[in-house]
Amino acid sequence: MSDTIILEVARFNPESDAEPSYESFEVPLRPDWMVLDGLNHIKDQLDGSLAFRWSCRMGICGSCGMMVNGVPTLTCETLLMNYAPGPVRVGPLDHFPVVRDLVVDLDDFLAKLQKVRPWVVRKDDFKPAREFIQSPAQLESFHQFSLCINCTLCYAACPVYGLDPNFIGPAAIALAHRYNLDSRDQGIEDRLDIVSRHEGIWDCTVVGECSTVCPKHVDPSLAIQQYKLTATKEWFKSFLLPRGKH
Amino acid sequence: METSSHDILIIGGGGAGLRAAIEIAELDPKVDVAMVSKVYPMRSHTVSAEGGAAGVAGKDDSVDEHCYDTISGSDWLGDQDAIEFFCNEIPKELLRLEHWGCPWSREPDGRIAVRPFGGMKKMRTWFAADKTGFHLLHTLFQTSLKYATIARYDETFATRLLVEDGAVRGVVAIELRTGKIRAIQAKAVIIATGGCGRVFPFTTNANICTGDGMALAYRAGAPLKDMEMVQYHPTGLPFTGILITEAARAEGGWLLNKDGYRFLQDYDLGKPTPTPVLRSMELGPRDRVSQAIFGEFEKGRAFHGPYGDYVHLDLRHLGEHKIETRLPMVRELCLKYENIDPVREPIPIRPVQHYMMGGVHTDINARTSLNGLLAAGEAACVSINGANRLGSNSLGEILVFGARAGRSAIETVRASGSGNETAILAQARDEERRLEENFLHKTGGAERIAKLRDEMQRAMESGCGIYRERNSLVASANKLRELRERAANLAIDDHTRTFNTQLTAALELGYMLDVAEAIVHSALDREESRGAHQRRDFPKRDDQKYLAHSVAHQAAEGPPRIEYHPVVITRWPPGERVYGR
Repeated sequence: MSDTIILEVARFNPESDAEPSYESFEVPLRPDWMVLDGLNHIKDQLDGSLAFRWSCRMGICGSCGMMVNGVPTLTCETLLMNYAPGPVRVGPLDHFPVVRDLVVDLDDFLAKLQKVRPWVVRKDDFKPAREFIQSPAQLESFHQFSLCINCTLCYAACPVYGLDPNFIGPAAIALAHRYNLDSRDQGIEDRLDIVSRHEGIWDCTVVGECSTVCPKHVDPSLAIQQYKLTATKEWFKSFLLPRGKH
Repeated sequence: METSSHDILIIGGGGAGLRAAIEIAELDPKVDVAMVSKVYPMRSHTVSAEGGAAGVAGKDDSVDEHCYDTISGSDWLGDQDAIEFFCNEIPKELLRLEHWGCPWSREPDGRIAVRPFGGMKKMRTWFAADKTGFHLLHTLFQTSLKYATIARYDETFATRLLVEDGAVRGVVAIELRTGKIRAIQAKAVIIATGGCGRVFPFTTNANICTGDGMALAYRAGAPLKDMEMVQYHPTGLPFTGILITEAARAEGGWLLNKDGYRFLQDYDLGKPTPTPVLRSMELGPRDRVSQAIFGEFEKGRAFHGPYGDYVHLDLRHLGEHKIETRLPMVRELCLKYENIDPVREPIPIRPVQHYMMGGVHTDINARTSLNGLLAAGEAACVSINGANRLGSNSLGEILVFGARAGRSAIETVRASGSGNETAILAQARDEERRLEENFLHKTGGAERIAKLRDEMQRAMESGCGIYRERNSLVASANKLRELRERAANLAIDDHTRTFNTQLTAALELGYMLDVAEAIVHSALDREESRGAHQRRDFPKRDDQKYLAHSVAHQAAEGPPRIEYHPVVITRWPPGERVYGR
């Protein structure tokens, strides 16, 4: 096997380029190198102007998501060897505006996170002197949805978001669902407008591209389907219980 | 140049910065608070903390015992008033996180679960499986979104503190997306930028941990304290330096040398038992356990690998269920980065730079020696960690002192008059000129950033690692001098405004060189061995001379000026550190 591999890396400099192009770099192919190690080799040794985000290099900070051979991928935990003999094509995440090279604009995602009110809402102002009692089963009911690292791979994979940027999207819905399911939270009604105001959720089918690409095995697709059910139930409740009307 | 102003500006969006922001928003919604962070807050390195956060929880435990463990763990270099305050506050902070939604692991009855941790005599470490830092950071970030009054400058890189008439009045920062240079004025600035592990070649720290805030403060005239106190975590993966949490040993993992022998028994850390015993063997403090592993390397009783010597962390006897429920991330990391399953194979590990006990010198209220400047978290040194931090005390520290910094900053704002804006903005324009001339328009330099960074990291490891001595430290200091001169001749070939990461890498290198110099000279001056600072040429602790914090001031020319401040001793006179007997 060759001891190098070609990385075709997306380049786009908004100050000089009309549109993106791909540039090829030859990098060492080492058994323990991740795709990110290849990119860092380029930046450190070949071309210091290449722009990409990375930080923890252990799959938990969520910075280094990119399209690798067309698939949304966390580059710090994906072996370069998986793509041998290459070439490997590395591009910015789909469905987001490109800022430069491999860096995308995440403003929309950050705004959506805030919209779902991802914090514990208490209607009764109850603050126990100690902790809220929460059984391991109650914790388990929402735990997987709390594991989202906000890497936005699911947005890059989501066909609905690709067509309609108004769609609130997989990670944000999973996060809303995470708080709705948390026994300490009472904000479920506050988060209903996520589905009522954002039509996109009803366009989402059970294809589940989002869940397939999730590097943390969160199942946003499941969250979305469960959310639809919750929304329908709450909607009916709003007719039955006057309290829910406003 | 764009200008804006706030009452309080927080630099750094990790645990300490977010906790400070929430404290300010809750205490006084009229206070205008903003946060500058070079990454989106949820990317901050707090996210990588794994094992847990210590806070007295059980009926069998007491604040005094947490204090004693922390003080003896610090090799008596921690300030006892600060430690007592910290140990009293931390359970309240952890409870607050619980109320904010942190998914703490639970006992079957629904109460918070606690686990043992190194150097702790009681089970008091709260945890969220082995992703405690991740959950803590996301809980804080998400909770902060509730407060409309917290303004954020995300992906904005601070380059200089603005100081006028002896008081800090804001920062100059580059907005990465546009390359715009901003002057952001404030009546109080909180530094919460975390550590500087990237000055070492082999570290658990993220790429962003480049000592920015430490260097900003140091350059502005606020000294750095106890910088020689560098923590090596015993268990890092050999190639990447990725952390395998101490919780792996707390849950019952063993450290074995190449003969399958639990070698810690040879290093005055107790006798092996089948199940973990608190403050003994694998539950010893990090400095002692890392030094023991290094001892095995020297005795030739370790394995040899392509990335240096290593020993084994064996979890196999814990069984798949325990590993999967208590240590899921350990398994995930081993599978992904070492292609081994800890359920079936032992994990290769070696000691790895992990944490800075030292940092910006603050008092118990998070105030630095500069008016208007506060600091909290790893960037700061209060000091509660002294010469060796205990595992699971750092997540507590960012909460307690982050909140404290927020509170103190409000007091500063209330007491503060208006500064001389003309002078402040003139200073900001000077900085803008420096950035333009030295970096953005610079041509013709010859030195590669990555090469200088590599040479710095190697000099730090060879001269200022787990064991140090005068000759090795002098060699490192000389090398750093040379690198500083060569850094003036950096090759900058990216002159684009938009998301210029070559510019930030160059600025980070400058920060790291300053911080590295403080580390090396503080280590050179401390002629004793204490905690994480082990001098071959001075192997004994010397309380006569060095029961004191080193405080390094940056000099206009030449090495830093180092002075010593006495340690605060209240109820626990210096004694012997006893583990496992």
